[in-house]
Amino acid sequence: MSETLKSLRFTLLAVVAALFVSAFIIVITDIEALGDGNLGKAFATVGRAYWGLFKGSFGSLRAISNTITGATPLLLAGLAVSAAFKAGLFNIGATGQMLAGAVTGLFVGFAFQLPPIIHVPFALLASAAGGAAFGAIPGVLKARTGAHEVITTIMLNGIASFTVLWLLKTELFKREGRDDAISKFVEDSAKLPKLFGFMGNRIDLLAHSGFIVALLATLAFWWLLRKTTLGFEMQATGFNQEAARYAGMRTKSLMVTSMAIAGAFAGLAGGSEVLGLYGYASATVAGDIGFDAIAVALLGRSTPIGTLVSALLFGALQAGGRQMQVDTDVPIDLIIVLRALIVMFIAAPLLVKAMFRIRGEATSFGQTFRGWGG
Amino acid sequence: MHEMKFELRGITKRFPGVVANDNVNLSVETGEVLALIGENGAGKSTLMNVLYGLYRADEGELLIDDQATQFSSPADAIAAGIGMVHQHFMLVPVMTVAENVVLGVEPTGRFGSLDIDEARRMVREVSDRYHLELDPDAIIEDLSVGVRQRVEIVKVLMRDAKIVVFDEPTAVLTPSEILEFFGIVRSLVAAGRGVIFITHKLKEALEIADRINVLRRGKVVGEALPKNTSEAAIAEMMVGRPVLLVVDKAPATPREAMLTLAEVSVVDPDGRTVVDGASFEVRVGEIVCVAGVQGNGQTELVEAIAGLRRVASGSISLGGKNITGDSPRERHAAGMAHIPEDRQRQGLVTELSITENLVLTRYHDAEFSQGIRMKWGAAAAKSQELVTAYDIRTTDPSQLASTLSGGNQQKVIVARELSRDIRVVVAAQPTRGIDVGSIEYVHAQIVKERDAGRAVLVVSTELDEVMSLADRVLVMYRGKIVADVDPKKVSHMDIGLYMAGSRPTAAVA
Repeated sequence: MSETLKSLRFTLLAVVAALFVSAFIIVITDIEALGDGNLGKAFATVGRAYWGLFKGSFGSLRAISNTITGATPLLLAGLAVSAAFKAGLFNIGATGQMLAGAVTGLFVGFAFQLPPIIHVPFALLASAAGGAAFGAIPGVLKARTGAHEVITTIMLNGIASFTVLWLLKTELFKREGRDDAISKFVEDSAKLPKLFGFMGNRIDLLAHSGFIVALLATLAFWWLLRKTTLGFEMQATGFNQEAARYAGMRTKSLMVTSMAIAGAFAGLAGGSEVLGLYGYASATVAGDIGFDAIAVALLGRSTPIGTLVSALLFGALQAGGRQMQVDTDVPIDLIIVLRALIVMFIAAPLLVKAMFRIRGEATSFGQTFRGWGG
Repeated sequence: MHEMKFELRGITKRFPGVVANDNVNLSVETGEVLALIGENGAGKSTLMNVLYGLYRADEGELLIDDQATQFSSPADAIAAGIGMVHQHFMLVPVMTVAENVVLGVEPTGRFGSLDIDEARRMVREVSDRYHLELDPDAIIEDLSVGVRQRVEIVKVLMRDAKIVVFDEPTAVLTPSEILEFFGIVRSLVAAGRGVIFITHKLKEALEIADRINVLRRGKVVGEALPKNTSEAAIAEMMVGRPVLLVVDKAPATPREAMLTLAEVSVVDPDGRTVVDGASFEVRVGEIVCVAGVQGNGQTELVEAIAGLRRVASGSISLGGKNITGDSPRERHAAGMAHIPEDRQRQGLVTELSITENLVLTRYHDAEFSQGIRMKWGAAAAKSQELVTAYDIRTTDPSQLASTLSGGNQQKVIVARELSRDIRVVVAAQPTRGIDVGSIEYVHAQIVKERDAGRAVLVVSTELDEVMSLADRVLVMYRGKIVADVDPKKVSHMDIGLYMAGSRPTAAVA
């Protein structure tokens, strides 16, 4: 079996194992049914919960739209983590880079008046540039001083969120008549078109063309890795920095470039949320997306296609979780448990091996985890 | 001391995908030296781990005096009278010889306090009996490698080992230390102990062993008595085909200087001068070898030449042009081929494919890329060509480099570095840890480069390699070039003395 197939099988089994354990959690937390000693009813709850999960994520056009809406920033931010992983860097800073991209995109979105055909790309470009510039900082710090990117990106997340909080209260950004940290609206010409706009003006279909941007970014990431000298250098450095240096690659400037590319993806994530979903920015625009992105990249093994599939899965869980909460009394928090379990099983291939009695060597996650070593 | 016979019968040890030991039989008795010889990957280490209780064999049994026994840990092996001197010493550098020797079996006085006088007495006694000349109060970090090895030997003897296993004991020793080591082995045998000597060096096996067992691909393929056999015969057993042991080359016809070093010094991050005013030139059409014991500045010298380490003072020039400040890539473009010391850490990205590794230093050439676009088609075609031309044994160059054997990995590096228009070849330990067949191949390629008009610089700690490959030998000791000699005019012993920092008495020019 090829390596790719093997790792795909492990990933699928990890998801199955997580669903299985989650079902168990649903059963033991169904106090009423357990109190009555009615196990059948508890198992029925599992069935209804998972059916709700499916219905809410793929069961209708609205469900699909919600899945896409959730997946869009996860995919872009996931690419930010994956791109850094490929170069041997652990990017915990997608949150900060998203915020940087959100602010620069927002600014171009409200400060200019341009035809949409120019305004939208200009605003997106500004987001990417903002994220890239912010992402490059930990790259420079590491190249110059050896400061570990895990530490610096976490610190920069804090710096970014407080800077944005302050910016949103300045005259330039703040919305008239509001005292809280909430920005002006972007011009209509800068808004990303709705994805299902052709279906008439249904306001419940939130999916926007940021998803197209994310798909194009995925394609660009694939092209970078497979077809360019830069992608080759990034991967060689990611696997074996010393050999890359011996081969004459400029590994220090590669750190900066790789982090800038990662930051550009995250910046687009921030920009597409502002320009596509909200139309404005608040201090919480990045939410937990930057951290969920780490799980997305991990689940997708940092490959373009893997990141795409896992972002869609996480988007679907998020959308379906809301439906599940409505249909049953199972709280949406179960989704967090489920996601955590998936990541846990991915990180512990030996556990999955033991559960499914797979023989032979566990696939290694060498590259994904090497980032920690510096 | 009473006699003991230790035997392995039908030992088979499997790992996923490989049979590391396949029905191995061997026996050793007190009073004899058994040499176990084989290439890297032949299964020597696995076998040693089995007999020392670190691995459990899948099949077969261990017998002591014809009684079946089992070791489930090294403690069992030690209790049964088996001692092991590992290739990498296990000593605490800041402690004294006596303290190290008793570590784990400390003699205690009243109330469990360490009786260091007793420990010193024990060291002195063993040292005197076997002429080891050890000072019990010396601090380990002040001792030379050869003396440290003797401390390890004392450790084993104090645990009353009847059979002592030495794992590649001569790899870290200078030629004169090797002679001393052989003296120690002989006195162990004279005192009625048995020795298993694991090595890949033919000469040494022939010199010290009473019997030689040859291991190939996990099997004992032959047993020989040194007096009835020859290096060539054993090499053939190891490899499975006749091998050329001497490098076949015509006398050198050196021409103009190509690589010139003038007073080059390198200072390491701790501020120590590791290369101290090295001046020499490598001429077109000659092979210059730098000999020396590992850790005397050779690594840093090569890195400085390749542009991977900053030069503190002095200058390096290539073909008359000063390249002291040039980047590795600029030197590469100027025609420098570099075969690094550690092929897996520095020479290859083993997680990338063979093809990708073959273009690792050349992907930016117009042949393989245009702007930022890689021409993977051209790279694959080149890779196919190099795999054939350099005899890299693989079924598919798109496989990961990690799937290749050590010798074939080295061939990938050799192919990448030599298959272009170059002027100077800098090779560090080009044959370390590869099989005899691949060594023969790499040597032939190096000679071919010389004859094609390149200047060749080889750094090696293997004296045999230096003596047979070099047209001129430089010896490095503590960062300095201490000798520049013609290998045909000096003996192994002379070079060995230079390597140890002294000077042969009969002065050689």
